[in-house]
Amino acid sequence: MIKVENLTKRYAGFTAIKDLSFEVEKGEIVGFLGPNGAGKSTTMRILSSYMPATSGRASIAGFDVFSQSMQARQHLGYMPENVPLYPDMRVTEYLNYRAALKEITGARQRERVGDVKELCSLKDVENRIVGTLSKGYRQRVGLADALLHSPDLLILDEPTIGLDPNQIRQVRDLIRNLGKHHTILLSTHILPEVEMTCSRVVIINRGKIEAADTPENLVNTMRAAGGIRLEAKVGADDGVAEIGKLAGVKEVSVETEDGWSVFTLRTDARTDPREELWRLATDRRWTVRELSRRRATLEDVFVEMTLGDDV
Amino acid sequence: MTKFLTLLSREVKSYFYSPIAYVILCFFLGLTGLCFYSGVGFLAQGPTEHTVIQAFFDSIPFWIGFILIFPPITMRLFSEEFKMGTIETLMTAPVGDWQVVLSKFGGALVFYCVLWLPTLLYFVIFQQIARADAANATGAYLGSYLELWMAGMLFISVGCLASVLTQNQMVAAVISFCVITFFFLGTLLTFFKPNIAPELRMLVSYCSVLEHMGEFSKGVLDSRRFVFYGSGTALMLLLTHQVFQFRRWKA
Repeated sequence: MIKVENLTKRYAGFTAIKDLSFEVEKGEIVGFLGPNGAGKSTTMRILSSYMPATSGRASIAGFDVFSQSMQARQHLGYMPENVPLYPDMRVTEYLNYRAALKEITGARQRERVGDVKELCSLKDVENRIVGTLSKGYRQRVGLADALLHSPDLLILDEPTIGLDPNQIRQVRDLIRNLGKHHTILLSTHILPEVEMTCSRVVIINRGKIEAADTPENLVNTMRAAGGIRLEAKVGADDGVAEIGKLAGVKEVSVETEDGWSVFTLRTDARTDPREELWRLATDRRWTVRELSRRRATLEDVFVEMTLGDDV
Repeated sequence: MTKFLTLLSREVKSYFYSPIAYVILCFFLGLTGLCFYSGVGFLAQGPTEHTVIQAFFDSIPFWIGFILIFPPITMRLFSEEFKMGTIETLMTAPVGDWQVVLSKFGGALVFYCVLWLPTLLYFVIFQQIARADAANATGAYLGSYLELWMAGMLFISVGCLASVLTQNQMVAAVISFCVITFFFLGTLLTFFKPNIAPELRMLVSYCSVLEHMGEFSKGVLDSRRFVFYGSGTALMLLLTHQVFQFRRWKA
C-alpha cells in the first residue's frame, strides 16, 4: 500500500530524513514512532504529496506521490498534526466542502457526510462552528474529513495529541475499528497505545530507521528485556553476591527499604531466573515478600533505540 | 471545474464569515457616496463639459479610498492558510495549485465586484432626478466600469502575490499597499520632475492607472490598456503560483 524507497529530504542546512526505505502492506496498522524532530511529519508530508522529497521515491497504492500525485491523493486520507481546520465554517458545511473537493457530490455527498458524522460521533455538534469546538471534537472532524472518500489508506499524524484520557481511548477504539477496512499509518508518542493498536512498528531517529517489526518482536529482541524484582530480608551485600551467581543474571542492584532489601535484576532476553531465585531464597531461609517480573515495554525499546547512544 | 467552483464559493463566503467584508462595504459606500455628492455639487455650479462619471471618479478622496480597499481584501488570501496550517489539508486534497491560486484570485475579484454594485444605483438616481442626458453618456459608464474592473484585477493579483509571500497579514497588506500606490504616484513623478527622460515618462504614463482612468471615463477604449492590465495580471498570478509552490516545498 505504501512503498518508500531511499527517501531523502534536505532543507537548507540540515537533512530531515536520510535514505528512508520501508513498506506498509494492505490491512496493516503501522505505528510510526520517533522522538520530536526525527522526521516523522516530514515523511508523512511527503507521502501525502504536500511536498516533494529531495531524492528517492514513494508510492501509494501504486501511484507515485509526486508524478501521479492526484491519483495518490484519491487513495489517501491524511490528517495533519494539530488538525488545521477553517474555524469559521460549521461542521456539516466543512465536511460538505471537503467532500466536494474530493469529487463526492450530490446524493453520494449527503450519504458519505452522514456516514462519517455517524462514525466519528459528530451528530450532536454538526451545526456548531468549528472554531468553537473542543480539541477532541476538532480531532474527530479532521478524522471524519480524512475518511470522506473512503480511502484505502489513512495517514494520521499524532491523532491523539492533546486529548484527555477518555478521548484518547475513544480515538484509539475508532482507529482500531477503522483498521478492519483501512490500512493505517499513524505517528504518536503514546506508546501503550501503539502496543494495543498497531500490528507493526517503525521507529525512526534522526531521519533514519532504527527498527521495523511487530511490537512483540521488538520487545523480545531487546538487549535487556525487562527485569526482576525481589524483596527479601537478607544482608544487601550477601544477597547481591549470591544472586549474581545465578545463570542468566547480568546485573544486580539493591536498595534497602525499612529493613528489607530490594533487588533489581537485569537478565538476558530469553531467560527467566525466577525459579532459581525462589529456590535460592528458600535454601538460604530468606523471608521473601515480593518476587515479580517487570516485562519490557515498547517504551523501553523506544528509549533504548532513540536515546541509547547518548546515555 | 466543480472543484474550482467549490473553492471559489468558499473564498467568496469566507469574506462574509468575518466582519471584514462589512467594514469594507461600509467604508466604501460612505466614500463613494461622498464622492458622488461632491461630484453632483460640482456639476450644479454651472455649465461644464464633464459628465457625472468624470466628476465622480476624478476626485482625490475617491482615488485614495480606491487604493485603500485592496490590501484588506487580499491580505488574508494565502497568509491565513499558511498561518493556520490549513494549507496542508487543502493541498493534500486532490486539487491543483493553479485551481487554488485562481480560486483565491477569483474570490477576491467577485467580492470586489460586489463592492461596486451599489454605486450603480447612484447613477440611476442621478438620471431619474437630473434628466441630464449629456452628462450621462453610456460610453463613459462602460469605459469607467471596465477600467475599474481591469485595474481591480491587476491590484488583486498584486495583493495575491503579497499575501503568498508572508504568513503575516499586516506585512502582506503593507507590501500590496506600497506596490499599488506606486502605480498611482508614478504619474505624479512627471509633475514634480518635468524634465525626466522621455522613455521614463512614457513608461510611467503606460503604467499610470490615473491617466488610464481619464481616458476610459471619456469612453475611449485603448487596446494598449487591455494589454497592460491583462499581461500585468497574468504576470502577478504566475509569480504567485511559483512562490506558492516554492513555499510549500521548502516548508
